[in-house]
Amino acid sequence: MKREMTGAQMVIQSLRDQGVDTVFGYPGGAVLPIYDEIFQQNDIRHILVRHEQGAVHAAEGYARSTGKPGVVLVTSGPGATNAVTGLTDALLDSIPIVVLTGQVPAFMIGTDAFQEADTIGITRPCTKHNWLVKETDLLSSVIHEAFHVATTGRPGPVLVDIPKDVQFANGLYTGPKPATSRYQPQLKGDIESITELVAAMETAKRPVFYTGGGVINSGPAASQLLRELVDATGFPITSTLMGLGSYPATGKNWLGMLGMHGLYEANLAMHGCDLMINIGARFDDRITGLISAFSPNSLKAHIDIDPSSINKVIRCDIPIVGDVAHVLEDILKIWKTRGRKTNGNAVTKWQSQISEWRKADCLGFSTSAKSIKPQFALERLQALTNDHDRYVTTEVGQHQMWAAQYLHFNDPNRFMTSGGLGTMGYGFPSSIGVQMAHPSSLVINIAGEASWLMNMQEMGTAIQYNLPVKQFILNNERLGMVRQWQELLHGERYSHTWSEALPDFVKLAEAFGAKGIRCHDPADLDDAIMEMINYDGPVIFDCLVEKHENCFPMIPSGKPHNEMLMGDAETQGVIDSKGSVMV
Amino acid sequence: MSALNIKKGTTKHSAYNLRPNFSDVDERHTLAILVDNEAGVLARVIGLFSGRGYNIESLTVAEVDHTGHLSRITIVTTGTPQIIEQIKAQIGRIIPVHEVHDLTIEGPSVERELAMLKVVGSGDKRLEAMRMADIFRANVVDSTLNSFVFEINGAPDKIDAFVELMRPLGLVEIARTGVAAILRGE
Ligand SMILES: Cc1cc2nc3c(=O)[nH]c(=O)nc-3n(C[C@H](O)[C@H](O)[C@H](O)COP(=O)(O)OP(=O)(O)OC[C@H]3O[C@@H](n4cnc5c(N)ncnc54)[C@H](O)[C@@H]3O)c2cc1C
Ligand SMILES: Cc1ncc(C[n+]2csc(CCOP(=O)(O)OP(=O)(O)O)c2C)c(N)n1
Repeated sequence: MKREMTGAQMVIQSLRDQGVDTVFGYPGGAVLPIYDEIFQQNDIRHILVRHEQGAVHAAEGYARSTGKPGVVLVTSGPGATNAVTGLTDALLDSIPIVVLTGQVPAFMIGTDAFQEADTIGITRPCTKHNWLVKETDLLSSVIHEAFHVATTGRPGPVLVDIPKDVQFANGLYTGPKPATSRYQPQLKGDIESITELVAAMETAKRPVFYTGGGVINSGPAASQLLRELVDATGFPITSTLMGLGSYPATGKNWLGMLGMHGLYEANLAMHGCDLMINIGARFDDRITGLISAFSPNSLKAHIDIDPSSINKVIRCDIPIVGDVAHVLEDILKIWKTRGRKTNGNAVTKWQSQISEWRKADCLGFSTSAKSIKPQFALERLQALTNDHDRYVTTEVGQHQMWAAQYLHFNDPNRFMTSGGLGTMGYGFPSSIGVQMAHPSSLVINIAGEASWLMNMQEMGTAIQYNLPVKQFILNNERLGMVRQWQELLHGERYSHTWSEALPDFVKLAEAFGAKGIRCHDPADLDDAIMEMINYDGPVIFDCLVEKHENCFPMIPSGKPHNEMLMGDAETQGVIDSKGSVMV
Repeated sequence: MSALNIKKGTTKHSAYNLRPNFSDVDERHTLAILVDNEAGVLARVIGLFSGRGYNIESLTVAEVDHTGHLSRITIVTTGTPQIIEQIKAQIGRIIPVHEVHDLTIEGPSVERELAMLKVVGSGDKRLEAMRMADIFRANVVDSTLNSFVFEINGAPDKIDAFVELMRPLGLVEIARTGVAAILRGE
């Protein structure tokens, strides 16, 4: 049914009809009519962030922890340009978000009007799609299509740019009609290729599942089916940073994360396998290392909803385009009807080979009585929060990798991190978005002090909305990850990787009205962590850690999987000049 | 009339060829892309090529279905088979793109381009230019006592050959449309 209303009213009505309960935003001249409508209703909660980048990361956290799209509302010009980093982050990590931007009135576009920016031009390469709406009559259908595109197929960020005159004018509202959209990516995989994969699974001697963010994108059913398939076949499974939690860390076939800072056993299994089953991962360069030496003797199957992910970097033998859950369902069905066969003896031998690799204990580290090792801090945090209904976000750097290594994720949608873009400043606002979606859960942001400062203004948001987010800062007073590379690659010349002039984080917390906790003695750590968990409100936990700890294992850039650096390795000069051009 | 009369799935290759040969030799491919004729759609396609470092040898675009507002973009590009497949998959991801066809694989196809050449000169050179134009079936669309504008159409290499012949004969300006291409047969 069509109803007449203003453009601004349409925005609110569209969000309502899309089931949106929360919008992260920041007002300004070009969105005033929409803010006026927000004022006059109670269905949708608006969270006032302190910077538009924060709004987008908060929406990402909300989206990744719920499986629903995150929604952002910002003004034209600087409001829109501040959203660009978040959009790019969501694009690289396939996070569904809908960003609504105000624009100068349509008749003023192109005149360098006040706070005019070519938002569509600027965001074209960092959105899945974007729209400039010049007629109020089209506004609601465009917003509904935007939600459809953001959440369908490979998810991603979309943007709708709405000139102010369009917000004021009257037009006809239309409700959501996703089925009529031309954009309908294929969900079912090709049965012939799936059968080919099942046949390969039946005979494989050294199979491995390599899973990624696509399993989480596909929804909870995909994780369930994955568990069933892994447990039924007994094949070992590793995951990328983005896929952690889709298979439980407590599962017996779990190898841990793979890749540059992945586990020894996971990387060696990838290197030595004869059948690699990629499920919703994209052969990122943090995974492949030296392409020409990547898993040289395996048959490679790749399940991905986006045909452009297939053969992009690694040549694939069995391509399957489709949604993870749909394809896994068919794999299970076909594998069962063909008699649930695996190459039992060979797979058992393979498992014992992997057990041998496990003995290397690649995450082992030496504890210290004097200072807190960052790994130890996370091990304790894991032990003390394991039984909680817990969500974890991270910033970017060493602490992020340690979080992936030492925290255990047993369910999907529990770990929010900036993988593809590696955006410092992601974690804190993201934790705010997660806490909005899960008000009574324990939400912890694992941070480095440098990353955390990049969006620290969001303390105001946490306080205003009473969000008890825990900021667990592993403070090494260094840009640790960059410092590590300088140590390994640049002759220990530590160019600008000190965090100088740091604030007193406890006082900073108090200045905002939050709780501050500082800990530097390993003996006090457990109590301090418990104090953080038990405090009902936002906490900044300043965990002063060992300053020069490096993150291992590490596959140096330009090296294959079987040339990993371990904790006590000789680290000087291990990366040759060819490797050092890579990031 | 359909704007792009190629049935989906008529050849093994018509959607995406997910099992390309992995040769490292560059190939030249002509792609026909059907898109919604809306603001910015060309920028999306071109931005993809510049952003991901692909080559464009030639690009033409015009609305071919005025009621459905569909445009046909013809792109000639080069790359290894893996890159060509990646280009098609990336174009296919652009939301206003309806169909991507690789005429080089789905072919045989006909390619045509139109060019206009301004040739200035007198005496023998002028006569020779006229004679060559005749051989190449180029038309004279403008002339003065000292100049011709020739119009020629044909496959791109025929036009290249004509341009080379005209260079010593007083060629001063060239305008080319870029390639339009269509599959042969029904
Ligand atoms: C400092 C730093 C270090 C890092 N080190 C590592 C490391 O050691 N190990 C590591 O793993 N990562 C690491 N990363 C992260 C890395 O950069 C990539 O972000 C990550 O590896 C990509 O994960 P993914 O392959 O699961 O792909 P994602 O980016 O999650 O992409 C998902 C894939 O699944 C597909 N997909 C989406 N939805 C569906 C669906 N419904 N059905 C089927 N397919 C779908 C998509 O098309 C895409 O191809 C690091 C990042 C940083 C910042
Ligand atoms: C916005 C942004 N700028 C720069 C970088 C490059 N970078 C990656 S990790 C890192 C250091 C992070 O330091 P910190 O947050 O203290 O974490 P640590 O590595 O010490 O755990 C930098 C500068 C980045 N990823 N993002």
